[in-house]
Amino acid sequence: MSALAALIRRDVRIALRVGGGALIGVLFFLTVTVLMPFAVGPDLALLSRLGPAILWLGALLASLLTLDRLFTADHEDGSLDLIVMSRTPLELACAAKALAHWLAAGLPLIIATPALGLLLNLDGAATFAVALTLLAGTPALTFTGMIGAALAVTMHRGGLLLAVLVLPLSIPVLIFGVAASQAAISGPLSFGTPFSILCALSLISFVIGPFAAAASLRHGLD
Amino acid sequence: MTLTDLANPTRFLALTTRILPWLAGATTVLLAIGLYQSAMAPDDYQQGATVKIMFIHVPNAWLSMFVWGVMSVAALGTLVWRHPLADVAAKAAAPIGAAFTFLALVTGSLWGRPMWGTYWEWDARLTSVLILFLMYLGLIALWRSVEDPSRAARAAAILTLVGAINIPIIKFSVDWWNTLHQPASVFRMGGPTLDKAFLWPLLVMALAFSLLFITLHLAAMRNEILRRRVRSLQMMQASRVAFSSEVGAGSRDGHASNEIGAA
Amino acid sequence: MRLSGRNLKCVRGGREVFSGLEFSASSGEALAVTGPNGAGKTSLLRVVAGLLVPADGAVALEGGEAELSLSEQAHYLGHRDALKPALSVLENLSFWREFLGGRPEDAGQCLASVALDHAAHLPAAYLSAGQRRRLSIARLLSVRRPVWLLDEPTSALDAAGQDLFVRLMRDHLGGGGIIVAATHLPLGIETRNLRMEGAK
Repeated sequence: MSALAALIRRDVRIALRVGGGALIGVLFFLTVTVLMPFAVGPDLALLSRLGPAILWLGALLASLLTLDRLFTADHEDGSLDLIVMSRTPLELACAAKALAHWLAAGLPLIIATPALGLLLNLDGAATFAVALTLLAGTPALTFTGMIGAALAVTMHRGGLLLAVLVLPLSIPVLIFGVAASQAAISGPLSFGTPFSILCALSLISFVIGPFAAAASLRHGLD
Repeated sequence: MTLTDLANPTRFLALTTRILPWLAGATTVLLAIGLYQSAMAPDDYQQGATVKIMFIHVPNAWLSMFVWGVMSVAALGTLVWRHPLADVAAKAAAPIGAAFTFLALVTGSLWGRPMWGTYWEWDARLTSVLILFLMYLGLIALWRSVEDPSRAARAAAILTLVGAINIPIIKFSVDWWNTLHQPASVFRMGGPTLDKAFLWPLLVMALAFSLLFITLHLAAMRNEILRRRVRSLQMMQASRVAFSSEVGAGSRDGHASNEIGAA
Repeated sequence: MRLSGRNLKCVRGGREVFSGLEFSASSGEALAVTGPNGAGKTSLLRVVAGLLVPADGAVALEGGEAELSLSEQAHYLGHRDALKPALSVLENLSFWREFLGGRPEDAGQCLASVALDHAAHLPAAYLSAGQRRRLSIARLLSVRRPVWLLDEPTSALDAAGQDLFVRLMRDHLGGGGIIVAATHLPLGIETRNLRMEGAK
């Protein structure tokens, strides 16, 4: 247990230090959101209708693009070899790394949501609903994205390939995340149903993500 | 005291130690006068007391662009003249510029609130300020993502100059985009003609904020120089371990105090 | 305790690196793996570490802790230092000490024994190649593991560093440990030699 805590502590610390780049994800989120009105026009009524979708797309892209270095950094400096050899099961180590990544890169996105909601003319309740769905949904993005990050180590490639691999996997999260926020704002649908499914998707990814990532890392080392 | 004298960081530190208290004092006095005059200024017949936000907003908006200008000059200093203090000046200015830009955004949206009924409207001017803010944040991220300051300096200098060329283009595009979607401008910041009762406090406030920037900038440059000295001392300490265990006492300490860092 | 490999075969990228390889080392023994570049020294170490799966044969550790696998009882010192430049020297070492578990030793003591205690609170980015290597060696000391797998351990070290490392290896062997080292240079300790000739 203390081994996992040490791993989480180390990864969060590195992410927050110079060169870590945890906050670049938030900056990306902010920039993507600001770009949207230039594409669809500054009509506030339209923006508030599209708001949840824009925020979800921004958060999706931001959390996936920062995942790129999740395992490759450790692979390049040899840390990954030692993590594989250690007495901590690799699945748990992967889960700990994903959790650390979510704490450093995912949580700031949710904290930034209210400011962005203001730009998109969302009222308090709507912003709260979007933030809540992001809180429930972004762990699923991180834990599914982790599989792609582990495959990137195997293939010595990251970046766009990672995005192409992982984006289709995150479609269900996007569907139910946006549906739940829309339901809370206006929709005839009840908030509970899509939100429960969103939580279920996160729980499933907690199981599938670490096992798939560990399996691909084990076979990918050379 | 010429520019080459100032290039020596030690001289710069000595000089700023003497100047900074006076600058801080002058800033405080001017700010006090400016705030008093702003408070005494009459209400606008249309906007009421809300117009007084202008006395904070306009100086901040002015500085948000002025600081980018300062950084552009510093960027030229880094790339063309290789002035040793140029990248220190550029790095120290970025967070201050971002702070002024952020204040311009906040005061702008507070000012707009009674007019628009919402805190944010994709108004051409405010949107331009928002993009400028994003560019400041990107620049700070660039400074933070490279550990070696002299290597980061060149990248940041190029980005700053590209930004300086692009900002007018962005501003023009945003204006065009905005008029395309909203032909009738509902509300204009400041207005074309300004009564003398507003003009004087505004000028005093602009001057006070400019002085505030100079004070903060010099103080931040001092911090940056000291931070780089600590860094180079640490690097020497790291290499001295090997020295002391093999060659003997490290004799290189003496140079530390005259170096700016790993430039 | 006895580490042995029987009939090992390693295939990488469709190319047979070595086959029919046999070796053994008992407590207190060091095995020096020598041979030309590309002979498969690093591959052999990675097979022993459990990082590569051999195409044939097996590596076994007799007399170790029964419920632990070989790689869980081994330290691997590869070409790459497994250090994070953003963390301080002490933070780097403390992380591996906590993460690897087992019986932890005092971190400050470990740094002192590789002559890095002066630099404990400096970022690892400021270290030279030789100092980074010393810090990796401190990792071997920070958690006790009976088997040390070393890949060119002395390559970046200066004379003083090599002396220091020889002393540490002697201590480890004296305590009943096993060392398998891939090397071009003489290690400075008594070794059994395993000569690898490269692909046929």
